[in-house]
Amino acid sequence: MSNATLIREKGKVSEPKTLNSLLRRKFVFVGIGWLALGLLLRGRSTLPLDRSSLTSVQVGLSNFSNAIDRNRNSNPFFLNVINKIRSSINAFVNLIQDAISQGSATRSVPQIGWLGVVAIIGLAVAIFASARAALLAVVGFVLLGLLGLWQESMDTLALTLAAVVLSLLIGIPLGVLAGVFPRFERILTPFLDFAQVMPTFVYLTPVTLFFLIGPASATIVTLIYAIPPALRITAVAIREVPWSTVEASISMGSTRWQALRKVQLPQAKRTIVVGINQTIMAALSMVTIAALIDAPGLGRVVVKALETLDVGRSFQAGLAIVIMAVVLDRSTTAAAARVQTGSKKKKTGTPTMARRAKWLALLVTLVAIYLSNTYLWASQFPGAGALGAKVASLTDSWTGWIQIHMVGVTNGITNGFSYGLLNPIQSLLVNTPWYVTAAAVIATGYLLKGFRLAGVVVFCIATLLVSGLWSDSMVTLAATLVAALVTVVLGIAVGTWVGRSMRVDRILRPILDAGQVMPAFVYLVPFLGLFGATRFTAIMAAVVYAAPASIKLVADGIRGVPPTITEAAVSAGSNTWQLITKVQLPTARRAIALATNQGLIYVLAMVVVGGLVGAGGLGYLVVAGFAQENFRGKGLAAGIAIVMLGILIDRITQAIADRRDVHAKAVA
Amino acid sequence: MVSKDAKRRGPLLVLIVVASLVLAACSGAKVGTSSSAGATSSTTAKPCGTFNLAVNPWVGYEADAAVVAYVAKNQLGCNVVLKNLSEQVSWQGFATGEVDAVLENWGHDELVKKYITDQKVAQDAGLTGNEGVIGWYVPPFLATKYPDILDWKNLNKYANLFKTSESGGKGAFLDGDPSYVTNDEALMKNLKLNFKVVYTGSEAALITAFRNGEAQKKPVIGYFYEPQWFLAEVALKHVALPAYTPGCDTDPKKIACDYPPYHLNKVVSNKFVSSGSPAWKLVKNFKWTNDDQNLVAKYIAQDKMTDEQAAKKWVDANPDKVKAWLAG
Repeated sequence: MSNATLIREKGKVSEPKTLNSLLRRKFVFVGIGWLALGLLLRGRSTLPLDRSSLTSVQVGLSNFSNAIDRNRNSNPFFLNVINKIRSSINAFVNLIQDAISQGSATRSVPQIGWLGVVAIIGLAVAIFASARAALLAVVGFVLLGLLGLWQESMDTLALTLAAVVLSLLIGIPLGVLAGVFPRFERILTPFLDFAQVMPTFVYLTPVTLFFLIGPASATIVTLIYAIPPALRITAVAIREVPWSTVEASISMGSTRWQALRKVQLPQAKRTIVVGINQTIMAALSMVTIAALIDAPGLGRVVVKALETLDVGRSFQAGLAIVIMAVVLDRSTTAAAARVQTGSKKKKTGTPTMARRAKWLALLVTLVAIYLSNTYLWASQFPGAGALGAKVASLTDSWTGWIQIHMVGVTNGITNGFSYGLLNPIQSLLVNTPWYVTAAAVIATGYLLKGFRLAGVVVFCIATLLVSGLWSDSMVTLAATLVAALVTVVLGIAVGTWVGRSMRVDRILRPILDAGQVMPAFVYLVPFLGLFGATRFTAIMAAVVYAAPASIKLVADGIRGVPPTITEAAVSAGSNTWQLITKVQLPTARRAIALATNQGLIYVLAMVVVGGLVGAGGLGYLVVAGFAQENFRGKGLAAGIAIVMLGILIDRITQAIADRRDVHAKAVA
Repeated sequence: MVSKDAKRRGPLLVLIVVASLVLAACSGAKVGTSSSAGATSSTTAKPCGTFNLAVNPWVGYEADAAVVAYVAKNQLGCNVVLKNLSEQVSWQGFATGEVDAVLENWGHDELVKKYITDQKVAQDAGLTGNEGVIGWYVPPFLATKYPDILDWKNLNKYANLFKTSESGGKGAFLDGDPSYVTNDEALMKNLKLNFKVVYTGSEAALITAFRNGEAQKKPVIGYFYEPQWFLAEVALKHVALPAYTPGCDTDPKKIACDYPPYHLNKVVSNKFVSSGSPAWKLVKNFKWTNDDQNLVAKYIAQDKMTDEQAAKKWVDANPDKVKAWLAG
């Protein structure tokens, strides 16, 4: 999702119209009309659907998936192609697992024990990134062992590595194609939107039917989510390379292929590494979901702990996931920086010394691998994970204390928010006749970008209506909008703070990372304790996941404000508040628009988690479809409805951002 | 300076490497020579072969699976492969041949129809001996404070107590994990109760609500079930609905009676039965009481034992029961 936006941003469709007062008046008119008609016709044509009722379309979807189930064994496509894919993926994952995480038929422990893995990671990061990142990686991986989760971590690492390698093998070439041929990208975009917004729960069962229970299914599920960022960012990277340089190379006699290989790819390298980084994060975020289909590793610890509401244990595993994410993130980021600077400056110091240090490091690594293959102490992480037990018990006592002492306050917050903001918005959206809302959204689309956007809006709304879940969609939309509002407010406030100070950035960044990769299952139980099984809990969980991205984007925007502008403002006598509100925020408005768009989409990604904590709506239906055979079709319909909401929100917020941009330029 | 540092560091590193090599060679146990490692993989050659057991995500089931897996592994020499799966995916495993047995099935008529009646890939393997009760529950403090709340006829009197931000002016009635069958929306309508069903969506949410309700003396009412480990922590009280009579729940829209008692059963794949594996016999004979299951569930959920420890403790204490499973 994030990358979709990035891409479109570069591709910039600018219409040289200004957002004049007439247009603004039209928007106000649409808004007032929607509100007035909605209140006037309140409660009519709201298309509610009972929890246990099914529409014919939903039954049809169910029959459709059953038909696929039945034909699985007779269809040659499944027998040949799918089985081949499955066995090759399984072989690939097993290879990595045998190496670092699982014993095989002849050995009870993996080929390479903890000492070897730590050494390899350290060496690899030192070579491709930096010594500092290597130190962090070594410390991080040792921590995984001290937490008592070495084997689980290696299982997770094995699956993640396999998924990332495959994602890149598929995503990067397709991304290059998409970068070179815009039409190809336009064809891909809807598929990528589906892959990123469709809740995993919807396709978890079908995937296990075709790819069976095991590493292949877990990998496929991860691939679906992790390929799009690799693909989209690669396409952006290719397109970012100035066209003039490509033309120059062609005019000097190189073929299109040579221009791609010699000019575009090398220049796109740095951004492609950013794509690799995003792919790793996406793959890691699937760890807990994959555990629902028996994927081994840290996710399983989290899921098991949830059964007994064991917050301490699940936090322990969640922390391990965060550590792994931070290590992989910092290593790939450092690698990206290295790629950027590497071409410019040559190594300092005497080359013989550097070479000697490298050989020595290699030797140490080889010895470590040998030891970890041969000796138990270097194979299995020593100690019983005392640190992990400590972390777990501390977490338990902390969350216990907070739940007892804070519950008065949190109840107040929940009720204030629900009665004051959420209930009115939800009641307005749910009780307004569908045609009034539909007309208002279509009109907005038309005013923003003419028939092209209006067409997309009509398609999405029609699909929502056909899914039979209009009312549930409005419930979900209400919670999504409120959560997005909180996310954006936090994004601007904290993002500005972070953007203005590198020190704050250093302190907050690990916390932001933790928010993004800590599995929601870990903090659901304490949140439920504090805020009850309510929509507000769902909103809080969504904010935890979505706010870090918004904050990072705003901070990046603030940092991108040219120092000359801020200096000029300071010398003209602005105080800090004026500097922020009059200069930095307006200049960074593009980043703020992006943060808003991303905030909404990330919030939507948490809809299913919301369904697990009392938010109802589409998220609950998706979970029900996963749990009950009867609701399979309805769950699929709910998944499609979530995708439609996502596309609607994405396209409309984009269009608003584009407008603003054009407007601002016109004013300037 | 880089070069000076490297010069100094180089010999030091070599020293460390050599030292650790020496240290390791002297003191370390070698992989494969130790008796603790490799013990599990060497016993797979016995006639039982591989036994693929689904583990559904609740503690009661985990207790069943722990004990059966422990016995199969240690007394029959099976290579037990535990697969952590949701119910729907486990049943699908009967069709794909990846799951041999499901140990605790709660009804699931739709899955029975699809996999036993239509696709004919699985069969009933008898009762587990556990009786499942589904019903409406309140925390104990509420039953003490308002004893008559345990009869559905008095619920409307107390509906106001249960109002929350989620219930739209009515009393909030909490439903949990959508994998369980519920008739609660129909019941509210047909019994004319002034409650709104709030779908919390997970067992974790439901348990947290009851736990906090009891701790903070905050009225909560919801759907729950036995056997369940949480009842050992907070002894929820059952609210009586109009008694269940066979057939009173045939039309889902008109249901006005309590949930039927669930006789939990085992389901196995036909392939597993025809394989004649000793594990099949074990699954067929496996039978125990709610108290047995609750005890093992307590070991797992509250005493935080691993599945294997919990199973061992119970098996060691109940040799006669285990013997009966293995006989015949």
